[in-house]
Amino acid sequence: MRTSLALAARAGIAASLLAIAAPVAFAAGDGPHIDRNKWSFGGFFGQFDQAQLRRGFQVYQEVCASCHGLKRVYFRNLVQKGGPEFPEDSVKALAAGWPNQIFDGPNDNGDIADRKGNVIKRPAKLADPILGPYDNDNQARAAQNGAVPPDLSLMARARNVEYTGSIAAHPLSMLRDVAVGYQEGGADYIFALLTGYVEKPPAYVRDKGHLKPVADKDVKDEKAVERCTTVAPGDAGQPDVCSPLQDGMHYNKYFAGGQIAMPAPIASAVKYQDKAGAESTVEQNARDLAAFLSWTADPKLSERKSLGWQVILYLLITSVLLYIAKKRVWKSAH
Amino acid sequence: MSGHDSSYAPTSRLAKWFDERLPIMRMMHGQFIDFPTPRNLNYMWTFGGILTFCLVVQIVTGIVLAMHYVPSAKEAFDSVESIRRDVNFGWLIRNIHAVGASMFFFAVYLHIFRGLYYGSYKAPREVLWILGVFIYLAMMATAFLGYTLPWGQMSFWGATVITNFFTAIPVVGTAITQWLWGGYAVSGVTLNRFFSLHYLLPFVIAGLVGLHIWALHVTGQNNPTGLDVKSKADTLPMTPYAVMKDGFALAVFAILFAWFVFFAPDYLGHADNYNEANPLVTPPHIVPEWYFLPFYAILRAVPSKLGGVLLMFAAVAILAFVSWLDTSRVRSTKYRPTYRWFFWLFVVTCLALGYLGSKPAEGTYVLWARIFTAYYFAHFLIVMPFVGLFETPSKLPRSIAESVLGPAGGAAGSMAGAAAAPEKR
Repeated sequence: MRTSLALAARAGIAASLLAIAAPVAFAAGDGPHIDRNKWSFGGFFGQFDQAQLRRGFQVYQEVCASCHGLKRVYFRNLVQKGGPEFPEDSVKALAAGWPNQIFDGPNDNGDIADRKGNVIKRPAKLADPILGPYDNDNQARAAQNGAVPPDLSLMARARNVEYTGSIAAHPLSMLRDVAVGYQEGGADYIFALLTGYVEKPPAYVRDKGHLKPVADKDVKDEKAVERCTTVAPGDAGQPDVCSPLQDGMHYNKYFAGGQIAMPAPIASAVKYQDKAGAESTVEQNARDLAAFLSWTADPKLSERKSLGWQVILYLLITSVLLYIAKKRVWKSAH
Repeated sequence: MSGHDSSYAPTSRLAKWFDERLPIMRMMHGQFIDFPTPRNLNYMWTFGGILTFCLVVQIVTGIVLAMHYVPSAKEAFDSVESIRRDVNFGWLIRNIHAVGASMFFFAVYLHIFRGLYYGSYKAPREVLWILGVFIYLAMMATAFLGYTLPWGQMSFWGATVITNFFTAIPVVGTAITQWLWGGYAVSGVTLNRFFSLHYLLPFVIAGLVGLHIWALHVTGQNNPTGLDVKSKADTLPMTPYAVMKDGFALAVFAILFAWFVFFAPDYLGHADNYNEANPLVTPPHIVPEWYFLPFYAILRAVPSKLGGVLLMFAAVAILAFVSWLDTSRVRSTKYRPTYRWFFWLFVVTCLALGYLGSKPAEGTYVLWARIFTAYYFAHFLIVMPFVGLFETPSKLPRSIAESVLGPAGGAAGSMAGAAAAPEKR
């Protein structure tokens, strides 16, 4: 009797331990791990690096702008403090020459298109937004095989990196992020995405219905393996389900589901005009673009942080003074 | 307002003239200058002032934001962005308002747990406590409505999930939900009425806070010993003692507040809310703001929709009954060796439910959510009534003054007798 009770107790403990262990496996498998990079605008004294923002804008202009708009950013913003701070005259010229012009209809006759049927447009000015090539989503969809290239203005705030460590370490990790003011998840994600293109999805071999990963160098016969962007475990004894890369899609290890409609955007590195600055490599392009998009998503960051430490300092001094005053007041009461 | 008399003495002829016609200065003097506060209050008692500060900050920043915000499905998202980008210091006001909501809840949770630990809900403070539960409920409604306004993906889908609760009501559920929506789904019409209500409710909260403070000033504050005030030696005038302490605590709280506003403004929110609302794209994980996560976990722990909704509302409603669920004669958990363990288990339960609420409702997450949900209710329905009956409390100090000043200092003011030792039945 006693042994069976002890056994039952042990089984119970084992079961509950298993139950605790299981979500750890879950959490780790949720998404790919994305590394944190060092950014000039991270942390307590973080500020945007003006030279980096200028390089990032060049990457946007030469690479991204052919599909993506930046509609929440106005040309005038490129001149303002805390951003790339281009000279006003060069931005005026940039706006005037920007290929994606501003809708200017209806004209005095009430027409929205000219005699040839083209929508009436005018060159952009400082007060106009930086538009992408498509007038609307339907036009984008028609041109891009059904996918709409999203506006990039807020991308760095609309994306984040997921925590991939163990549950036990999660609370500490959260506190650390608060303590260091980690807000660069979007930049980390964009950098990872831009450098995360892999030619082929990972290879798997089927072993009694289960898919087991094989390293690319061990793949001798391409026909003997399955290439899967994601693998879903089969329900109750069913074989695992492999999602192959679909036609017209591209594999990116950091994109949710692995399949992205956008081909690797920075095919060859953008040559920087600024010779003394950074190297013109794809990785550096990606880093600069991520920084630039962090600025477009949060153009007041530099102002925010420089005001922030003054406010914190003021409050610290006030707290100390109030504490001393409080001590004095309470001296007689103890 | 209370039995406490004001020692106000007008110092000028004008003040005297005014006092004879509207004795508001007399009242303020009595309630906030020489109002007696227990001399042993610790820093957990500073959250009343901090919460009042939070409410004022939310109302002031909210009024400014409303001057620039456009409550329409087409323009809401853009108008919030233009506040952040183009309005002078709009980024600051908007961050204070968004972070302020989280700070408000952070403070209110500490305030509620303080009340639960020190037995502040017990006689004669039942009405005070219940008013607090109503304030909390109104805060939840206001925060939910406010989160809808930026009209991002989480705003839209959060509103869809929450309003769908009402479809769980038998027979009339769908009709009620469509009445709330003003249509057949969450839309710009819903957004517009949510904005109207979001502007209204803070003033309801302000009214409830007025009653809460009134009730507090009738019964007087509880204190870490849970003993009643018995003599003048037990108390100190609110000004300067409590006011100085509150002021210091508020400044420290403001540092935390400012840290989030300036260095981690997005930390407490969700990245997906920077994507404009799109009724055609459902986010992979719909999660509410952090302060609702424990209730979200309870909702999803129940396999039936109606059951989940009822249990979730019950989780808040049950707070209103603790004054009668707790059978212990000792107020403060400091003197309740058994209950203390259960109290901290309850705190862990709430934190665990919060964590589980942020996770997808699948596999072992659901199992754990059920276990913790069971304890959440067991704490109120089993632990509170029964531990109070069987527990032997530890020895209480004879008076508040004695707990601070030692037996010599306390002896002067304390009155011996049965009332001084409530731990003995």
